[in-house]
Amino acid sequence: MDLKKEQLLDMYKKMSTIRAFESKIVEIFAAGQIPGFVHLYLGEEAIATGVCANLETKDYIASTHRGHGHLIAKGGDIKLMMAEVFGRTTGYCKGKGGSMHIADLDLGILGANGIVGAGMPIATGAAFACKYKDTDAVVIAFFGDGASDRATFHESLNLASTWKLPIIFLCENNGWAISNAQKNHQNITDISDRASGYGIPGVSVDGNDVVAVYEAAGAAIARARKGDGPTLVECKTWRHRGHFEGDPGAYKDPKDQEEWLKKDPIPRLEKNLLKLNYATQAELDKIKAATEAEIEAAVKFAEAGPQPDPEELFSDVYAD
Amino acid sequence: MKQMTYAEAIRDGMRVEMQRDPNVYLAGEDVAQFGGCFGVSGTLYDEFGPKRVLNTPISEAVIVGHAVGAAIAGLRPIAEIMFVDFMGCCMDELFNQAAKMRYMFGGKAKVPMVVRTPCGAGMGAAAQHSQSIESWFTHIPGIKTVMPSTPADAKGLLIAAIRDDNPVVYIEHKQLLGVPGDVPEGEYVVPLGKADIKREGSDITIIAWSWMLHKALAAAEVLAAKGINAEVLDPRTLVPLDKDAILKSVAKTGKLLIVHEEVKTSGFAGEIAAIVADEGFDYLDAPIKRVTSPDTPIPFSPILEAAYLPSEEKIIKAVEELF
Repeated sequence: MDLKKEQLLDMYKKMSTIRAFESKIVEIFAAGQIPGFVHLYLGEEAIATGVCANLETKDYIASTHRGHGHLIAKGGDIKLMMAEVFGRTTGYCKGKGGSMHIADLDLGILGANGIVGAGMPIATGAAFACKYKDTDAVVIAFFGDGASDRATFHESLNLASTWKLPIIFLCENNGWAISNAQKNHQNITDISDRASGYGIPGVSVDGNDVVAVYEAAGAAIARARKGDGPTLVECKTWRHRGHFEGDPGAYKDPKDQEEWLKKDPIPRLEKNLLKLNYATQAELDKIKAATEAEIEAAVKFAEAGPQPDPEELFSDVYAD
Repeated sequence: MKQMTYAEAIRDGMRVEMQRDPNVYLAGEDVAQFGGCFGVSGTLYDEFGPKRVLNTPISEAVIVGHAVGAAIAGLRPIAEIMFVDFMGCCMDELFNQAAKMRYMFGGKAKVPMVVRTPCGAGMGAAAQHSQSIESWFTHIPGIKTVMPSTPADAKGLLIAAIRDDNPVVYIEHKQLLGVPGDVPEGEYVVPLGKADIKREGSDITIIAWSWMLHKALAAAEVLAAKGINAEVLDPRTLVPLDKDAILKSVAKTGKLLIVHEEVKTSGFAGEIAAIVADEGFDYLDAPIKRVTSPDTPIPFSPILEAAYLPSEEKIIKAVEELF
């Protein structure tokens, strides 16, 4: 394979960070330590990681309600993310946004978004700006199988295709729109089939194979950078847990859950790293331990952050 | 100064800003070679070309939604929505995305975009092409809502809206497109959030905007002949509202009538009335009254449409009832 050892180890570290971050959220949410709602990326780590491994800081991503993985993969600061989830002023959004609205514009992260499908038009606009300003930056619009049924998907693909914008429409098909199985919310199996209707290429890949994701996204990104326009990339995956924390996911067939857990992207990469002699088990364990320590530090940082002053309610409604 | 129609003034506002700032561009349905369905963009395409004046597909959600992304990424889009009645097709993009990005992101983002859109009845365009719904936008924290009544205000307010770093909904009235007026040439700004006393008076304050401003002014002339000297106040911007100007006027006159083309229930007159009843109660010598369209869709029949719309006569009658 074309990927160097450093790149694969980097991906392993990234995926482990996402896994550890989200697993920690499971714990602290169950303990009642954080307010509101969280939608966790557990099981889907290979997608954000494989895609963003192709990106530079100048490139943009538009995330979803299930955005922690995208944020981490694009280089987001886990301390600021954790503090935001805790609602503290030291968080990315000063506690004003919460889990579903974390953004880091310096890193080109156009924000997680609480409205399913809302990221695609926004990403399309950012791609328009990249083309207008003649940079070779690209934009990734992440969205799910459920979102691909929204009008925003259709209008965005059509406009991006017609205007030949540097955007990759990255579908994370985890088989569920909350409790509605894919076969019950659309009459197709491969969402990439929708691409030809908009005059763009579409490709489906194993979303739990970080190298396959990296390569498919990489080709689409190269195409966009060259000025050849958008691509629809569908990554097939599975979310390990419910739609939100607190949702037991009883609508899932336990047999399907078991099958998909066997395809967990992180053990798969571990096996490959060991097979290729890119790392020993001890080295991988060391990476995981270091990651756990970083997560603990993030939680401590978050817990130490101040609660906002009530006056903060009124700030930043408008730009001056 | 130059004589311009309201439509030409809007075009000139866009032209001036597009000349000054290379990041300003216009996108909407039929705005390019066709010059816009109401002729507002006119020859802008010839002047600025396909990079700056773009025809979009019939896709209101991505017309407004892409503008949000483009604005966050550093451009200053003017998104045209052909009729304000079509805003239902892009409301999420406006009220959940454009309006809230800055706040939700803790002040880090700014969304400097303008949504230009025509409103208004009186042309037999019927229920889905004739509405006035500005109160919908005033109810969204994070959005500014502007409604020019004259050519000079139209150009200056649009320049201010384009320069504003917030999402601005700029509503132009179809009936005013051909109305001429003196308009300053070149760059000038009519600041957002500043009302204008279009006619000074002492006996009653009439607040009206857009097409209704002109009906209020006509009514005021008739009332003057009957010995009632009306002050006509044009808010120009609905949000942020020039509350001080309104309270100052009501303090002077003691009576308030609000006129708008929107339907009565939850129209913006209710908001103004609540503010004055709260903060200007002691100024009032009479109840606050409203002249509005009724709570019905807009009918097609010209007879019914005329009965629907607020008129000079209805304004005069409402004022006289307060004396």
